Order: sequence, then C-alpha cells, then structure tokens
Amino acid sequence: MRSLIRTHATEFSLLAVIVAISTVLSFATANFFSLGNAFDLLNISAVNIIFAVGLLVVLIAGGIDISFAVAASVVQYCTAIALGWIGGGGWVSGLLIAGSLGILLGCVNAFLIHRFRIISIVATISTFNIYFGLLMFFTRGVSIYNLPDWLTDRVILFEHEMPDGTWIEITLPVLVMVICVVATWALITRTTIGRQLYAFGDNPEGARRFGINIGAMQFIAFGWLGLMAGIGGLIQAHYAQEVVPNALYGRELDVLAAVVLGGARLGGGKGSVLGCVLGVLLISITQNGLNLMGVSPFAFKMIVGAIILIAITLSNTRIERLLPFVGQKGGGR
Amino acid sequence: MHQATSATVGEKPLLSLRNINMTFGGIKALKNVSFDVLPGEVHCLAGENGCGKSTLIKVITGVYRPADGAVIEYDGETYSHMSPVTAQDCGIQVIWQDLALFPEMSVAENIAFHEVVGRRPRLVDYGRIRRIAIDALARLGVTLDVELPLKEYAIAQRQIVAIARALVGEAKLVFMDEPTASLTQSETDHLLDIVRTLSASGVAVVFVSHRLAEVLEISNRITVLRDGALVGVYPAGGMTQSRITELMTGKTFDQHVRARPRDDHPVVLDVRGLTRPGQFENISLTVRRGETVGITGLLGAGRTELALALFGMLKPAAGSIRIEGREVRFGSNRDAIKAGVAYLSEDRLSLGLIQPQSIADNLVIASLRKILSGGLLSDDRKRGLVSRWIADLGVRIGRQADAISTLSGGNQQRVAIAKWLATDPKILILDCPTVGVDVGARAGIFDIVAKLAESGLAIILISDEVPEVYFNADRVLHMAQGRIVGSYDPRQTRLEEIEAAVYA
Repeated sequence: MRSLIRTHATEFSLLAVIVAISTVLSFATANFFSLGNAFDLLNISAVNIIFAVGLLVVLIAGGIDISFAVAASVVQYCTAIALGWIGGGGWVSGLLIAGSLGILLGCVNAFLIHRFRIISIVATISTFNIYFGLLMFFTRGVSIYNLPDWLTDRVILFEHEMPDGTWIEITLPVLVMVICVVATWALITRTTIGRQLYAFGDNPEGARRFGINIGAMQFIAFGWLGLMAGIGGLIQAHYAQEVVPNALYGRELDVLAAVVLGGARLGGGKGSVLGCVLGVLLISITQNGLNLMGVSPFAFKMIVGAIILIAITLSNTRIERLLPFVGQKGGGR
Repeated sequence: MHQATSATVGEKPLLSLRNINMTFGGIKALKNVSFDVLPGEVHCLAGENGCGKSTLIKVITGVYRPADGAVIEYDGETYSHMSPVTAQDCGIQVIWQDLALFPEMSVAENIAFHEVVGRRPRLVDYGRIRRIAIDALARLGVTLDVELPLKEYAIAQRQIVAIARALVGEAKLVFMDEPTASLTQSETDHLLDIVRTLSASGVAVVFVSHRLAEVLEISNRITVLRDGALVGVYPAGGMTQSRITELMTGKTFDQHVRARPRDDHPVVLDVRGLTRPGQFENISLTVRRGETVGITGLLGAGRTELALALFGMLKPAAGSIRIEGREVRFGSNRDAIKAGVAYLSEDRLSLGLIQPQSIADNLVIASLRKILSGGLLSDDRKRGLVSRWIADLGVRIGRQADAISTLSGGNQQRVAIAKWLATDPKILILDCPTVGVDVGARAGIFDIVAKLAESGLAIILISDEVPEVYFNADRVLHMAQGRIVGSYDPRQTRLEEIEAAVYA
C-alpha cells in the first residue's frame, strides 16, 4: 500500500483535492451533490477528456502539441463537408473520416519534428497558426448549422429518473470517451509500443541505444493525438449541434493545464491516464460548482488558475517543504 | 586482497583481437592494437583519457568498424568486424558510464527492457518482466523493490540495475566503463564483490577505471594503452599504482608528502562548534595562511555539507565562522564570495562549469564585476583576465571562445579553479578536485594547489581518496557521521594508518 501511494502520489493528491472541493461545494450549493449533476459533469467533460488522453501520449513521448484543438476544428469542418458529399453518412463513416483526418494532421506534426528536427513546441505553434489561418480563410468564419440529423440528435444510452426527480443520463459522448480512455490506457501500459514511448520520453539516447525506432515513436504519439483530436472534434460537433470554426480555439491550453495537473511531465516519460482524467474532472468540477454558486463567469478563469497552481504545488512538493519549520531532516544531500 | 577467480593461465581466450587499427579524420586512434580476454577473468583496461580505451570497446561492441586486416576471434568464431547485433547475440554487454537507464520506469522494466523492444508490437507480460528482474538481481545477491520507479534509488543502486540488465542478455563478456566514478567506498566495495560474483560464475569482466587502487584489487590482468598503442599486458599481482601510472603516462611521478609546518602563519579561517543537525555536529577547525587542510572520510560523512555551510549555501544551526578574526554570517553564497571564500564543487560537469559556453565566459562568470568598464562588460578586460589565468594555471586551450566541453577533464578542472581564483579569494575549498581527471593531470592539479598555498591562500582539500589528502595537505582531518574524529600530521603518520581509520 505504501509503495502504491508513493508511485501514485499525484493521483492520490488530486483525488484528495477533488474530494475536498466536492465536500465544500455540496455544503455551499443545493444541487451539487446529486447523481444527476455527477452525470452532467461527465457529459460536459467528455470531449476534454478525449483530447487530454491524446495529449498525454505526446507528453509521455517527450513532445508537446499546441495545434490539436484547432486541428479538431479543421477535422469538424472537413468532416461536415465530406459527409455532405457522400449524402449524409452515419456514425461509422463519420468517425472513420474524422479519425483519419485527425491522424493525417497529427502526422504532419510528427513529420516536421522528425524529418526536420524542429522542436515540438515550435513545430506545433506553426501548424496551429497554419491550420487556424487556413480554416478561417476558407470558411470566412462561417459556421455550419446544416448537419446530418444523426449527428445532431442526442443519443441517450441509458436514462433513469431518480426519486428526487432528477434524471441521470449516459450519452454517446461518454461512451466514446470511455472507449478512448480505455484504449489509451491499454496502449501506454499494456503494449510494448506504449512502454517504448515512455522510455523514449524518459531517456531518448538510452532508447536509441536499444534500437527503438525514434521516427515511429513520433508518428505513433502525434498520430494517436490526431486520432483523439479527430474523434473529439466530431463528438464536440455532436454535442454543440453545430460546427463553429473558432469553437475550439484556446481549448489547447485548458487541456494542457489539465494533463499537466494530472501528473504528466513536460519533459516526457511520466504521466498516467487516471491522473489525466482526474485533472480534467477537477477543473470541470470547479467550474460546475462555481456556476451553481452563481459566481460570475468572469471570475472562473482566475479561480481555475489558482486551483491549478495549488494542486500542482501540492503534488510536486513534499510536506516538509511547505512547512519549513517542521522538518529539517530532508534538506541538503 | 586477491581472490581466486575461474581464470587460469594458458586457457584459450574468449575474445582475441589482432591488428586493430582505427583512424578518425587523419588521426590514428588505435595503432595495431591486440587484446585478449580469458573466460571468467577480470581484465582491466587502463590508460589516460584519449588513449583509445573507449574506441577499443566500441570496436568490440560493433559501434565502430576497424580498418581492414583486423582479426576478431570470439568463442571460436572469426570476424573481420562486429556489428551491434552480433555483439549482443554473442553475449557481449556494455555498461556505459551514463548507464542509459530510464529513471521514471520501474526497476523491473529497466532490467528486462529488452522484453518490450522487438520487431513486432505485442502485449507486455509484466509477470515475466518481474521474474526476469528478480532473477537477475538474485544472481547479484541484491534485493530491490522492482516495482518502484528507478528514480527512487541512488546512483549506486542504479549501477547495480545496469549490471543486472547486462546479465539478462546471457552475458559472457561485460564491459564496465568507469562504474565506480560516482560511488562511495562501501558502495564500491559492494560493486567489486558483484564483479567477483560474476567472474566466479564464468562471466568475463573488462573493467575501465581511473581509480588504480580498485583496479589492482579486482583485476587478474591489466592491459595498458597509451596514445592508441598497446603498452603491454601485465598480471595484476606484483603491480603497484605508481608502476601503472608510469606505464599509462610514460612519465615517472614520485609521490612525496608535501606537508610543511604552517603553525606560525596567521589564522584565516576559524570555525568553532559549527553544527547543522543531521549533517554535521560541533565542527571546529582552523586554516592558516598558506596552509592546506585535507578533509577525508566516506561519502555521506558530512564533508560536502560542511563545505556548503562554509560557502553560505547551507545555514548552520549553531557555531561560528571567523574570517581573519571577524565573525561572518552568510545569507547566501554571494556573501561568502564577497568575504573571500571560493568553493569548487564536487560535480564539476553539472554544477561547476556551463558546458556549452565558452572557456572565457566560464572563467569570468564569478567575477563579472572586475571586467566592467563604464558599467558594461568589456571584452578587452575579459580577454586580459582570461589570458592571465590561462597562462598562470597552464591550461592548454585552442581559442578562448571554444566551448568548455572541448577541453579534457584536467584542463576543465583548471578552468574551474581559475574561475574561483579570479574572484581573489582568501579561502579556497576544493571538493574532490580529481574526480574524472586523468592520473597524469592529477599531479598537475596538485602542483597548482601547492603553488596557490605558497602564494598565501588558505586551502581546504576534500577527497574520499585518502592518499590525495595525505600527500598534498599539511594536516588531514577525518570526518565520520558528521563529526571530526581524527586529525593527523602526514609527516608523523603512515598512510596506512589513516586509511585503516577511514575505511574501517
């Protein structure tokens, strides 16, 4: 048990912060502590969690990606147009088109990084601007509201009325999110490729000496994030029932903050799917709670920023260092 | 000290190299070298930096391809060159100096990493990885929690993990490149025991180390290289450290006690009852003008912590520090530098020098105020200051603007010393100044230390190698568990006495 806590310190401290915030919120507001609200939270967070597990894979491999959210917008737009061409399509063709386009855009990043040795933050800031510029240029900022019915109809997989009159619902985005989370977890913990990604992010030179294919690592990591961005983009269009070119602009930093909050390291080699999901949930819970408390939305960003700082400080710092007068033992070498 | 190993004289070699030549850009790195390793023996490859040791290892492991005419015989087969894959398949393993480990991954995965590398992607069998890791550690007689991430373990254990990893590949021949460079004495002893275990189980070990004492202790035979050519192969029995040094450098060094009486000189540093709980207790010592005080003791004895306290980087809980009679309290090391204390850190490569920056920039970094002209940094003054110290300390450099990483260990250390001398210190603390420095260059560094003492500097010389302080300090203090437990005068004490006390 002790070693479990030691190796999963981030996850445990995030869980503790979530429990603490939830406790406060359930006393402060009437509606927070209900199953209905919990399922609402899952429905709202689904898209961000899909993005987050994709980004996690890139961070583990030692990279970073700024472009995935606008890439998801590009995918949304192109998929909507492609679906129009083929006369409507359905979930299967929609996911196939969105997923492949996403992979393609992710591989562009991998290609730039691997072939031209551009560091990932520079490469993806460039593609971020290129993707978004192209999108706004060709769409002239016009949204698409005329989507196929299958895409805009809410798909409720399970619903149940609680004795208190609230409804609990599990919708399609949650199912897709769960599949993405489980698939990413399996990829990074259960397959040799996943372990090679960790090793590559942790010590690239060490990985090279073992004969790990470095190029393949980049394409797998950025391709996986591209796939998640494509799927997440389609799900977001389904959730919003429209395609707005700049709807996801700026989402990349929220997701990045959540993933880092979840214990992934910007240097690579570290991070878990559980931490990543908890990171997104912590931010969603905070926003949801503030909403229910009637706090001005303008204060949200500020409070969320503070929560991220506090949570990261707690999970990165040992207790002795927070209380400088208590433990002198740990200092020095 | 020599333990019996499975190697016997006259046995057929496991590995035999003949006519090995390597040329890099017109420079001959290896000249007609031959090299033999017997099954199960511990063989030391000795030589100064740049003598061709690493090149030879890379030829054997297939990283480099030797010039035509080379003959490599291994286990009955003849090759004209190796490739990394054949070397692996033959059971030749290398433990690189930087270990090539993955700190965030578990010990088990680090040891059995080859299980997750391979042609076809597949599912990871954690049970198998765990079993392989535990077996490999058991062969070394070590138990570690294999589930913990490697970063939870200190460098000594990581070294063991690297060895365990080499064993997993059914090793017959293991190369260890400077395995003890960052280990304490007891950790080194443990590692040497492991090497003996390996050797006894029939694995041949080729050991590369700068520490000649342990080379003599562990090896059956020693191959000496100099300037890319073979000097000779010698049985370890009957060899002495000074003889190996002579063979490696082609020069004779005579080590003699340099200690001189300094009792009539004024006291520069006066430390009384300095205490920092858990690190050092009740430390009192004085250093006089022109005096060199050696502090030795095992790693973890509190030597470095004491040095850091004298340099203002750790705050003592009790006690006093006086410099030239005036009591000082350091809020940070900037105060200490102002008061005339200079500290040359143990970890020169990561803490003492900024590797990618130029020689000149490294040298002036601690004394930027001196090269100001009208409030701005002056290139002329910088050049002047750098030229003076380069000449004074005899640093061999190309151009001042070259990166510091282009210099050899010994020359880097001289630049690091010059950096501190440029601050005009009264007290110079040298923390393990010969780590990673060649035998030949070491003598040069101690010559500089003696010269500095002669010019009036008060010097504290910290080393975990007792002979270094014995021959080069005027007084030797022995630290153990945070306390000074012994004080010796090298002129009246034999080296063995101090060694017995320290390594007991």
